[in-house]
Amino acid sequence: MSLNLLLKVWRQNGPNDEGRFETYSPNDIDEDMSFLEMLDVVNEDLIAQNKEPIAFDHDCREGICGSCGVVINGVPHGPKKMTTTCQLHMRNFKSGDTITVEPWRSTSFPVIKDLVVDRSAFDAIIQAGGHIAAPTGAARDGNEILIPKPVADQAFEAAACIGCGACVAACPNGAGQLFTAAKLAHLNLLPQGQPERWSRTVAMVDTMEEYFGSCTNYAECEAACPKGISIDFIAKMNRDYLKAKFKDKRSTTKIDTSEAGG
Amino acid sequence: MTLNSNIPEGPLEEKWTSHKFNTKLVAPQNRRKFEVIIVGTGLAGGSAAATLGEMGYNVKVFCFQDSPRRAHSIAAQGGINAAKNYKNDGDSVHRLFYDTIKGGDYRAREANVHRLAEISVQIIDQCVSQGVPFAREYGGLLDNRSFGGAQVSRTFYARGQTGQQLLLGAYQALERQIDAGSVKMYARHEMLDLVTENGRAVGIITRDLVSGQIERHSAHAVVLATGGYGNVFYLSTNAKGSNVTAAWRAHKKGAYFANPCYTQIHPTCIPVSGDYQSKLTLMSESLRNDGRIWVPKDKNDKRAPDQIPEADRDYYLERIYPSFANLVPRDVASRAAKRMVDDGYGVGSLKNGVHLDFKTALHRLGRNVIEQRYGNLFDMYANISGEDPYTQPMRIYPAVHYTMGGLWVDYNLMSNLPGLFVLGEANFSDHGANRMGASALMQGLADGYFVLPTTIAGELANHLNQPAPSTDSAAFVEAEAGVREQINRLLTPRGTRSVDPFHKELGHLCWDYCGMARNKAGLETAIKEIDTLRQEFWSDVRVLGNGESLNQSLEKAGRVADFLELGQLMCQDALHREESCGGHFREEHQTPDGEAQRDDENFAYAAAWEYNGAGKSATLHKEELVFENVHLAQRSYK
Repeated sequence: MSLNLLLKVWRQNGPNDEGRFETYSPNDIDEDMSFLEMLDVVNEDLIAQNKEPIAFDHDCREGICGSCGVVINGVPHGPKKMTTTCQLHMRNFKSGDTITVEPWRSTSFPVIKDLVVDRSAFDAIIQAGGHIAAPTGAARDGNEILIPKPVADQAFEAAACIGCGACVAACPNGAGQLFTAAKLAHLNLLPQGQPERWSRTVAMVDTMEEYFGSCTNYAECEAACPKGISIDFIAKMNRDYLKAKFKDKRSTTKIDTSEAGG
Repeated sequence: MTLNSNIPEGPLEEKWTSHKFNTKLVAPQNRRKFEVIIVGTGLAGGSAAATLGEMGYNVKVFCFQDSPRRAHSIAAQGGINAAKNYKNDGDSVHRLFYDTIKGGDYRAREANVHRLAEISVQIIDQCVSQGVPFAREYGGLLDNRSFGGAQVSRTFYARGQTGQQLLLGAYQALERQIDAGSVKMYARHEMLDLVTENGRAVGIITRDLVSGQIERHSAHAVVLATGGYGNVFYLSTNAKGSNVTAAWRAHKKGAYFANPCYTQIHPTCIPVSGDYQSKLTLMSESLRNDGRIWVPKDKNDKRAPDQIPEADRDYYLERIYPSFANLVPRDVASRAAKRMVDDGYGVGSLKNGVHLDFKTALHRLGRNVIEQRYGNLFDMYANISGEDPYTQPMRIYPAVHYTMGGLWVDYNLMSNLPGLFVLGEANFSDHGANRMGASALMQGLADGYFVLPTTIAGELANHLNQPAPSTDSAAFVEAEAGVREQINRLLTPRGTRSVDPFHKELGHLCWDYCGMARNKAGLETAIKEIDTLRQEFWSDVRVLGNGESLNQSLEKAGRVADFLELGQLMCQDALHREESCGGHFREEHQTPDGEAQRDDENFAYAAAWEYNGAGKSATLHKEELVFENVHLAQRSYK
């Protein structure tokens, strides 16, 4: 089966360019192609006509690196649930369809070119506290820390986030809650994450708020998430944040020990 | 130049311990006087950067992706080996060492492999302490599974996303150091040249992929952790951006490239569905634990797979290799599948695959258990193929997956250029001619967390109180000019073909003549044709746009230019190695029953090639491999 399509693609030369939609009509698209392979075909046609190809981020093309992601007909990653753009296949479309393709829309993710956006705000949240201080070499035997299977499984579910940014693109407020909550749940559920639990929560949430909008429980993020991360983690994050704020101030701020010792 | 592997003296089990003691140290207060550049943020580069940052060195890290979290280690599915012997099934450091040497078909260095096996146990502890959510037993202990090429259960895993979880662990440790100020991150930057002064690595030239700006960075040491070169085949399981450019530009500056013909074809990938195909997707080898591989006994059998009764199926791995059966090493499984398809027994509409069937396991364990173990893989398969693997067998076929060859390094992971270190898949060191399943993650993290932080001090200590080299030197000026010139050369022709068709054609040549089976005539043809293709590329490639902004075609063109040179070297290496070993199968050298026939007398060495110019034959340097602890034998998995 092959498809003939009408494609409206957002083209923008750079951050300061106004941008506009351009229309392309790819024909004979094989239904076994991925969405990105369809864009490859469009790009080869453009180059053949001496026109610059559409820029889009992509890398692993197997749904795990989190590089790709475009808004397809208004939905981040397109119509199929639990699927990244690279794993969306053209059999999910019909011949004659009009498909609108846009970059993630969020002021926190400025457009670099065409469909490529800057998601470095996510890295800033991880820098703020998305880690466990475990310098190399100091670890004890892995089996000395017992972790009940349900806890390990739940931490894994949260850790499965690929950092693609679909949650932000889907949110009417451009909130970064689902991404932040997933990392917090991963680390705060585990015994290894307990010593820094409260300081981590405050640091990550505060950084998130510097970059992103507020959460008003639309739950669009959960629907758009290609990894099915649950918004229950957001509730957990809010609880931990409140608790952290009520706790002794000393345990919520980083204590500078660089000058300590003899 | 003679190659000194710098393997420490003493018994195998004591080499690493005594080497750590004998290696010079850099005291904590002196570490901040050293600049270190790390290129690549996968398991090897990410873990090295985090660890060196923690130790107090000034680290600059570069990756071409938009975030260090996206390096291709993230896609590793199955697991990571460690000789913990938690299963009490007879595992030990020595057994992991032995399995890896044997699995590599006796073409790896004993001392490196033993060190890897020793460190494997520390890696698991380190990752657990960082919060990597490994699979657990109900009692809370770490779970293990078995993997191809081994008869013990030593593989730790996090569902089918082990690479993702290990990489996020390293990435988070790295981000912690970025926050602390010890590491400076340069995302969306590509290394385009290595700068050397008097044969020593002193820095790199990069391009900011967003602004197009060409930048100079100097350091006391340069570390490449830039992955493998599987994308020379165009279609592979590598990410689209994975490339050989950093390693190749270092090679052009004098670093030797070792064993490029050792490429690994992974037996369980989804077969090609059409010529638009942009990459191949791996189905984790762990599936072979519960899946059974078969083809119909009658090559003209037109029945649907579930209509073919047991009596009419050939479970050929179980038949030919009864003791390892579906768990034979990757190279053996891949060649067996190729023979079946070449002989006309292939399945699917293009007859280009074999079945991987879970019927027995679904019956024995139930759907829930199979979902727990492989759910995400089954979903991925269904998504890509449009077929439901719970009700009909998967179709699989081998695909290029990993490259054992890479830049030559000594025991310290330093190349023949002083100051240049190479980690992970980018070096050639630990897997010989074939890598065992679940060993890539182990090597990447061993190199980054534990080996480099020790060995780099031994080199840096020689340069205490010397400032980082100036970026105004003639060497930097010249290197930058070279990079600019190359960019111009790529943008100038505005020829008739875009980059991808060249890359595809190169891939076809490499797959047809230097893939799963190779022969003299084919390799000679490939060398000639790649040479012609390279010349056409430089005169006829069409790269639009300019170098002063994000230009993905330009990035691709630079990488394909390097693949075109590497492809030729790969064929030259395969042509010179008149034996079969591991992933290198020369049709002229096989046993009567079609297994690889090594020639230990003449080829028990690592082939390290010196660059002589594009299209020119490279010069061979040999590092003899000395086996003092294992007895060289023909591998048998029967």
